[in-house]
Amino acid sequence: MSMDHGHHHKETFISKYVFSMDHKMIAKQFLVTGMLMGIVGMMLSLFFRLQLAWPEQKFPILETFLGKWAEGGQMNPDFYLAAVTIHGTIMVFFVLTAGLSGTFSNLLIPLQIGARDMASGFINMLSYWFFFLSSLVMTISLFVETGPASAGWTVYPPLSALPQAIQGSGLGMTLWLVSMTLFIVSSLLGGLNYIVTVLNLRTKGMSMTRLPLTIWAFLVTAILGVLSFPVLLSAALLLVFDRSMGTSFYLSDIFIQGELLHYSGGSPVLYQHLFWFLGHPEVYIILLPALGITSEVIATSSRKPIFGYRAMVGSILAIAFLSFIVWGHHMFVTGMNPFLGSVFTFTTLLIAIPSAVKAFNYITTLWKGNIRFTPAMLFSIGLVSTFITGGLTGIILGDNALDINVHDTYFVVAHFHIVMGLSAIFGMFAGIYHWFPKMYGKMMNRNLGYAHFWLTIVSAYGVFFPMHFLGLAGLPRRYYTNTMFPMFDNLVEINELISLFAILGVVAQGLFLFNFFYSVWRGQKAPQNPWESNTLEWTTPVEHIHGNWPGEIPHVYRWAYDYSKPGADQDFIPQNVPLKAGEEDSH
Amino acid sequence: MTNFLIFLIVVLGIIAVAQVVRIFELSSSMKDEGYKNPSDKENRVQGQLSLAFMIFFILGCFYITIRYWDVLLPKSASDHGNDIDLLWNWSMGIIIAVFLLTQPILFYFAYKYRGRKEGKAVHFAHSNKLELIWTIVPAVVLAGLILYGIKTWSKVMNGDTEGALVVEVYSRQFDWTFRYAGEDNTLGYAHPSMIEGANILGVDMKDEFSSDDIVTTELHLPKDRPVILKFRSQDVIHSAYLPHFRVQMNTVPGMVTQFAFTPTVSTEEMREETGNPEFQYVLLCNKICGTAHYNMQRDVIVESDQDFESWMKEQSKLAEAEF
Repeated sequence: MSMDHGHHHKETFISKYVFSMDHKMIAKQFLVTGMLMGIVGMMLSLFFRLQLAWPEQKFPILETFLGKWAEGGQMNPDFYLAAVTIHGTIMVFFVLTAGLSGTFSNLLIPLQIGARDMASGFINMLSYWFFFLSSLVMTISLFVETGPASAGWTVYPPLSALPQAIQGSGLGMTLWLVSMTLFIVSSLLGGLNYIVTVLNLRTKGMSMTRLPLTIWAFLVTAILGVLSFPVLLSAALLLVFDRSMGTSFYLSDIFIQGELLHYSGGSPVLYQHLFWFLGHPEVYIILLPALGITSEVIATSSRKPIFGYRAMVGSILAIAFLSFIVWGHHMFVTGMNPFLGSVFTFTTLLIAIPSAVKAFNYITTLWKGNIRFTPAMLFSIGLVSTFITGGLTGIILGDNALDINVHDTYFVVAHFHIVMGLSAIFGMFAGIYHWFPKMYGKMMNRNLGYAHFWLTIVSAYGVFFPMHFLGLAGLPRRYYTNTMFPMFDNLVEINELISLFAILGVVAQGLFLFNFFYSVWRGQKAPQNPWESNTLEWTTPVEHIHGNWPGEIPHVYRWAYDYSKPGADQDFIPQNVPLKAGEEDSH
Repeated sequence: MTNFLIFLIVVLGIIAVAQVVRIFELSSSMKDEGYKNPSDKENRVQGQLSLAFMIFFILGCFYITIRYWDVLLPKSASDHGNDIDLLWNWSMGIIIAVFLLTQPILFYFAYKYRGRKEGKAVHFAHSNKLELIWTIVPAVVLAGLILYGIKTWSKVMNGDTEGALVVEVYSRQFDWTFRYAGEDNTLGYAHPSMIEGANILGVDMKDEFSSDDIVTTELHLPKDRPVILKFRSQDVIHSAYLPHFRVQMNTVPGMVTQFAFTPTVSTEEMREETGNPEFQYVLLCNKICGTAHYNMQRDVIVESDQDFESWMKEQSKLAEAEF
C-alpha cells in the first residue's frame, strides 16, 4: 500500500485527531487514555489506603466521591473489594499494558525502524478505538447499582460466576467481561500490527541486530501478547458460558444461600490454569517495554553504548520463553500435584538468571559514563533499583516451600507492586519524559521532573518496603480491615505509615500531571534532537508530518549505540551516518 | 509517630509547592534561550541527591526492619515449619546480600559518573568475561536454591503420617466447620446434595464410616501427633491459612484437597514463648471469598493428648446428633 497516501488529502479535525490512522497521533491517544485511567486507578488506591490505615475513621470526602458505597464517610466491605479489583484491572491492563506498550510501540516502532507508518494504519486505529470502548465500559461498570466486579482482578470463579456469592458478580462482572473482551481484541490487533511492522518495514540497513533495544522489547512483547491473550479470551468466554448459559466448565457441587446449584463436573482450578497462562506472560508484557525504554534512556544519557547488547537481546528472549512455562507458581497452594509444583519452582527460579544479566548490564552501562541527569534518566535508574528489589523477593515466592506461608499475603502485594508496578510505571515515566519532545514538540519542565522523581521514589519505597512486614506477620491481602484479629493489632502503625506515603505519592503525581499538560500547552520549544541521541526518530522534523520523513527514508549504517566512540568528533553518531573510511562497525 | 509523619509530609508538601512556584518564575524568564541539557551544576546536584537517597534508603530499610521486627510471626509451631524457616533464612540471607551489594553500587555509580561538560564516557560495549561471570554466578547460586527448595518441598509434602489424625476442614461463606473421623479414623462420604437442616456438611448418614464422625466448630489438635487436614468448600474458593504452622491450602468446591503436618508446640507453650497470655493459634481465610472475607476465622488449640482426648469425649458423634 502507499505509505504517503495522507499527503494528498486535506485532513479534517475528525481524521486528524479522532479517527486518525497516523501512528504518532494514535500513540498520543493511547497515552492520554491510559493516563486518565491511571488517575481512576490511583484514586481508588487512595480510597482503600484511607480505609486500611484508619478503619474506624470517617472521611466525608469518601461519601462525596462514592455516595452510597461510603455512607457516613466509611467505605463498605463490598466496595472495598470492588476498589481493589478495579484498581488491579485498570493498572495491569489499561495503564501498564495499553497505556505503556500501546503508546510507545505505536510511537517508536515506525520512527525507530525507519517506516512511514504502521503496516496497517486502519488496524492500528481500530486497536485504539477498541481500547477506548473497553475503557469506557470498564468506567461505566463503576456506576452500576450492584457495583463493579469485586472478585479480585484475577476474577476466580465460583466467586466471579455467582451473583449470589457477591453482588459485584452481577452486572458489574458482565461489564468487566465485555470490557476485557474488547481489550483483548484491541491488544491482538495492535500486537499483530507491531510484529508485522517490525519484521517487514525496517529501512535499508536496519538489520535485526541493529534494532534499538526498545524495538526488540516491543516486538517480543507483541509476540507474548498474541500468544497469550487468546487464552485469556477463551477463559473469559467459558466464564460467560458458565454465568449465562448454564454450562459447568468451572463450577461443580455448589450449595449457596440455602440452595443446591445444578453445576457438576467442572473445576475452578481449570480457570486458574487458563488465566495464569496469560497472567504470567502478562507480567512481562508489562515489564519488557519498560526495560526496553530504560535500555535506550540509560545508554543515551550515560553517553555510552548499552553494555552487552547481544546479552540484552538474549535475556529478553530467554525471559519471554520462560514466562510461558512458569504460570503454576501462582497456584502452589491450589491443590495442584506436588510434583508439578517442583517443576514450576525450577522454571521460575531460572528467570532470575537472565534478569540478573540485565540488571548487571544496566549497572555496567553507568560505569565510567558521563551521565546527564534528565528526569527520564532518573526514572530509568529508579527502574533498575525497583527491578532488583522486587526481583529478589521473587526468589522467595517462586520457591514453592517458602510460598506456602506467604502466598496471598501482603508480602506478595509488596513483591509484585515493586517488581512490576513500580518498574513499569517508572519505565513509562522515563518514556514520557524522554519522548515528550517527539510527541508534542515541546520540552517538559526539568526541575518539576526532578521533584516528581524524588518524591515518587521515596513514596514508592515508603509504601512498598514496609508492606513486606505485613506479609511476614501473616496478614492476608484483600482484607477490608485487620481489626478482627488480635494477632494483627500491632500492624496499625505500619498501615498508617504506608498510607501516609501513598498520599505523598499521589501528591507527587499531581506535579507530573501539571507538568505534562502545562508543557503540552506552554512548554519550551523542542529542538530536533534534544538528547543528542542516535536513533532515527530524532531525524524526523519536530512538527509531525504524515509519513514521518519529508524526503526519503534515511538508510542505516550502524547500530544505535555509537556513543563516545573513540575517534568521533562528538559523543554520538546517529544511525543514519555512514561509516567513515576505515571506521570499524563497533558491533 | 503518626503525628510526626503527618507533620513531615505537610512540611514536604509546602516546600514542594514553594519550589514549584519559584521554578516557574525562573523558567518563564529564560524561556526563549532554547533547550539546554543539564548543566554541570544540575548534574552535580542530582548526583548528590542520588548518593543521599542511597544512604537514606539503606538506613531506612534497616530502621524499618529493626522497628517492625516484633510483628513477624513467632517460631514455627510445626515440624515441617522448621525446615521451611531454615530454607527461608538461607534465601533471605542471599537476597539481602545481593540487595546490599547492588543498590549502593547503582546509586553510587550514578553519583560518581555524573556528567561534566568536558567529561568523556568510556566506550565499553561488551565483555564476554564479565557477562559470563554474572551469568554463571547467579546460575550456580540459583541451582543451589532450586535443589534445596525442591528437597524441602518434597519433605513438606511427604511428611510422616503414621497414625495421623484425620480431620475435615469445611469452608463456606463465612465460617469454618470441622469433622473428626472418629474411632475408625475414616471420614464418611459427604456431598453438597445431602446438605439438609443441621447436616450442614452434607454427610451421608447411610455410609458406615459416618456414624462415629464428630462435627465441631473448634479446631483442637493434639501436640506431636501428625494430622491430615482434608479440605472441602461448599460455595466458592477459600484458603485455609494457618500461619503459625506454615500451612496453607485452598479449599475448592468440587474437590478435596489436603495438607498433612505435625504440630509441635502447644498453645500453652506458645503463650510462654511469646510472653502473650492471650495468644491463640488461628485459622483464617486467605482467598478472596466475598463481603466478610476479612472476618472468616477460627481459633486453633494445640494441647496434650490427654486434654485432646477429654475434649473429644465431650463432643457428640454424628449418629447421636439431632438433625
